[in-house]
Amino acid sequence: MFLINCPFCGERDQSEFSSGGEAHIVRPKQPTELSDDEWAEYLFMRKNIKGIQFERWNHVHGCRKWFNVVRDTSNDKILSVYKMGEKPPVNYK
Amino acid sequence: MPNYRIHKTEYIDETKRVSFKYDGKTYFGYEGDTLASALLANGIHLVGRSFKYHRPRGIVSCGAEEPNAICQIGSKKDLTEPNVRATELELYEGLEASSQNCWPNVKFDIGGINNFISPLIPAGFYYKTFMWPKSFWKKVYEPLIRLSAGLGKSPTEPDPDIYDHKYVHYDVLVIGGGVSGIIAAKMAAKNNFKTLLVDDKKILGGSTIYQNNDSIKIDDKLSSEWLKNEIQEIKKLSNLTIKTRTSIAAYHGYNFLLAKENLTDHLPEEKKKNKIRQRLWKIRAKKVVIATGSIERPLVFNNNDRPGILLSNSINKYLDYYGVTCGENIILFTNNDSAYETSISLHKKGIKNIIVDLRKSASSELIKQAESLGIKIYFNHVVTNTFGYRKINSLEIMKLSEDGNTTVGNKIRLSCDCLGMSGGWTPMVHMHTQSGGKLDFRDEDQVFLPKENSEDQISVGSCNGDFDLENIIDKTVNKINKFLDIDNQDYQDTNIICSKENDKRNIWLLPNKIPLGKTKCFIDFQNDSTAKDIKLALTEGFRSIEHVKRYTTTGMATDQGKLSNMHALGIIADTAGVKMGTLGTTTFRPPFTPLTFGTLVGRNVGKFFEVVRKTSMHEWHVENNAEFENVGQWKRPWYYPKNGENMHDAVQRESKAARDSAGILDASTLGKIDIQGTDASEFLNRVYTNAWSKLAIGKCRYGLMLNEDGMVYDDGVTTRISENHYLMTTTTGGAANVLSKLEDYLQTEWPELDVYLTSVTDHYSTASICGPNSKKILNKLFPNLDLSDENFPHMSFKEDKLENINCRIMRISFTGEQSYEINIESKYGHSLWKMCIEAGKEFNLTPYGTETMHLLRAEKGFIIVGQDTDGTMTPSDLQMDWIVSKKKFDFIGKRSLYRSDTVREDRKQLVGLLTDDPKEILEEGAQIVSDVKSKPIDMLGHVTSSYFSPNLNKSIALAVVRSGKTMKGQKLIIPMENKNINVTVSDTIFLDKENKRLNA
Repeated sequence: MFLINCPFCGERDQSEFSSGGEAHIVRPKQPTELSDDEWAEYLFMRKNIKGIQFERWNHVHGCRKWFNVVRDTSNDKILSVYKMGEKPPVNYK
Repeated sequence: MPNYRIHKTEYIDETKRVSFKYDGKTYFGYEGDTLASALLANGIHLVGRSFKYHRPRGIVSCGAEEPNAICQIGSKKDLTEPNVRATELELYEGLEASSQNCWPNVKFDIGGINNFISPLIPAGFYYKTFMWPKSFWKKVYEPLIRLSAGLGKSPTEPDPDIYDHKYVHYDVLVIGGGVSGIIAAKMAAKNNFKTLLVDDKKILGGSTIYQNNDSIKIDDKLSSEWLKNEIQEIKKLSNLTIKTRTSIAAYHGYNFLLAKENLTDHLPEEKKKNKIRQRLWKIRAKKVVIATGSIERPLVFNNNDRPGILLSNSINKYLDYYGVTCGENIILFTNNDSAYETSISLHKKGIKNIIVDLRKSASSELIKQAESLGIKIYFNHVVTNTFGYRKINSLEIMKLSEDGNTTVGNKIRLSCDCLGMSGGWTPMVHMHTQSGGKLDFRDEDQVFLPKENSEDQISVGSCNGDFDLENIIDKTVNKINKFLDIDNQDYQDTNIICSKENDKRNIWLLPNKIPLGKTKCFIDFQNDSTAKDIKLALTEGFRSIEHVKRYTTTGMATDQGKLSNMHALGIIADTAGVKMGTLGTTTFRPPFTPLTFGTLVGRNVGKFFEVVRKTSMHEWHVENNAEFENVGQWKRPWYYPKNGENMHDAVQRESKAARDSAGILDASTLGKIDIQGTDASEFLNRVYTNAWSKLAIGKCRYGLMLNEDGMVYDDGVTTRISENHYLMTTTTGGAANVLSKLEDYLQTEWPELDVYLTSVTDHYSTASICGPNSKKILNKLFPNLDLSDENFPHMSFKEDKLENINCRIMRISFTGEQSYEINIESKYGHSLWKMCIEAGKEFNLTPYGTETMHLLRAEKGFIIVGQDTDGTMTPSDLQMDWIVSKKKFDFIGKRSLYRSDTVREDRKQLVGLLTDDPKEILEEGAQIVSDVKSKPIDMLGHVTSSYFSPNLNKSIALAVVRSGKTMKGQKLIIPMENKNINVTVSDTIFLDKENKRLNA
């Protein structure tokens, strides 16, 4: 069970959070101009990495804020936490 | 009655005699006994029958690893408990226990016949035998297997015991109160770490606490005496909490551990009453020290499972801790030094014993001591067979060949009444691996060891492969100093004398002259898998240890292979000619020992099992005999039966009343989201398929919300209360998810929008009054409100007061009737409802529930998201193209509406169905076909909603059908079990297509 450091509330038990999948997938500004394949890329395609992964979490039973997490999926260690709209830390690729 | 209690020990209180029943017979033990030690004191070894062959089995161990001595405790329907390990159950006055898996009784067991037909039931027997014919599985094989499977009996009534949960945080958690755990806990606590020490036994001290051999000493004292001092000392430490009778069940990530504390299992019935039975500790520790010790390995030879064959160290504990000898003429069979401790202890108490040692020779101090006491030792010998049915009475030994692969010379037959075996020690690495740690293999003594210790957890003592006392203490101290970054000098000058050596001769499957196929060399005692089974699995092509485990069921019993897994691995490695270390292990999964369901659920039982949400009108519904339906967590009135009506009759009456005069529905459960901000209109434009910017203040609009994949997600009416203020309603079940989805978009995709969302579902109660007389009832409630269609038309909103309390009134309709929804602050909801009922009396205002609501809306062809949709329906599939704005630049899901898949013409589409026989009511979920003759039958769709309409006097249904839009008037068939029902595809709107009733 993770301990997640919510950027607004501090360390809380994982049971207070819900996971929202891969981070930094930006909704296209002009969906109408995309081909089916391009739209499908946005809509369906997600990475499934063994290693360092950027993901979205929501403090759903807390402040209800969404934020980003850098997690190593091979050992579940959370390496960094940062707010929505902030750039991912450069030291993780 | 024989008495095997041969001396007094400080752990058994002989002044407190305890009577208990085993298999219906009364016996006596003492306070401090376990059920197992009390049985052994009474000379009882035979405690059960094995799972497959029903062979007689006896107590093997003295702890959590016990495979055989598992019993059924108690006989009450609500309190009986199966699969309890007698070796861990503390004896109490009035305890009732019985053996399992035997009929009619443990001494004569009919299933014992399986032992003689055992060549017919090899590994994988079930897989191979019960395959064909296929039709036999359900009716013949499965019931038979179920009859003979399973060990104990489950309770058949709810558990009346109380269980508890507790959350705690510590700097350091130490698991295991043996010598290394005590040292670790002392070092941590003395250096200002808030520390928790847990141990599953009643007292601390592990196996050192009863050690009494004077060739093993610490600071010139017996190691047990030294340890008792240490325990006295740590009990004084203020920041150390000690929890005994507490076992760690699971070690999860981020040092989150679950522990089970036994509070009353050792108490007599009358003292258990009203007390918490077990407590689940949810522990977060910054650092964890694992000091779980090791368990002794059995040896694998022919007939190694007879009652009276135990682990050598267990014989020692029964003797020195409980004062009980396991026999009077004992043979110890070993491949290492530890059996010599047992031998010397037995000798000191006058118990005759001899040693059979696999090693060619050995010369530690301990062995010299044994030799000097005149104990007979057969070096380089192996036990090849044992005899005795209900208990061992003799055995055969032979000399080992030079390479240890065969036996040589003549058999020697030795008589005995007990055999102790020691195959060396297996470190308990369960906690380490559960936490995500990897293992290394140490070839010299064939053990798996914790590989790396992280900065958060560390293994010390024999669970780390340090078996002798000197190593245990020195290494533990060094490791803990480093782990906690401290410099503790307490043990700097400790002087340790340990006369044991680690030398061992490991042979996984001991050689025998008899062909393997004719032997019974057990590996897993509880699941009856033998060395032969493992080899058979390999012959048949299984290679992965995980596959061999499942095929032979080795390690899959309630003891989870604590004694058997290493031997299975060893034999696989030997047979396949690979190094054991390269095979890896099976996965060590929680819990370490079985947990009761009660512990896991704690207080969350009965009415605390799940949150129940009730509207403020709930009491009225109860008083008026409503039947309730669960909608999410809500309790909603389903229908209100009158004068013994069944559901059908009640719904027919309610539906008719709503259309003929007036009906009232508690609509408080609909999700309500308050939306404010200067960009509120733009926000709604983006989340709904239709346009919102031009909605006038005081007007309402129905909206359909999609997922980004274009599928219908939710629907509801939203009201514009003022320029920048809307009130959105959602489906009852979708409320929480819709809010989350809206918040997600607002925070992550459109943070520039000035919009604030607040859930107000619980803040307002809603009474919805519909029917031709609804306006008259509203007029009585709100005499000053102009209810004319000009002033207050359909899809508009007014505010008024009811006895000075503000009400929001929406004229919106889910029934197709003229209809008003009155919203009031929840605390006035009950009064509002009662006033509505009072005002409606003269108009036969009839309360109706969700079933009637569903029927009325189906007559009008209104969809219910989640009933008529299932996450694969687009607005177009629902024939709702009218609600999708063509002009809007974008909204959630828009682009998906013209993907190649969503524009397919042959998608499943919503249609109406009319049965040829108007009295025939279709079953919801029934399949729809056009032709029942050609096989396979082509499934076209299914029925989503179906009712008998009292207002139309016929059966109506909604369904999704492939290409349904083009099929109006076409005949289709609903094939049922005993008949085919003929239907005709119709329009989805069955009543008042022109919407005349809305403004009647």
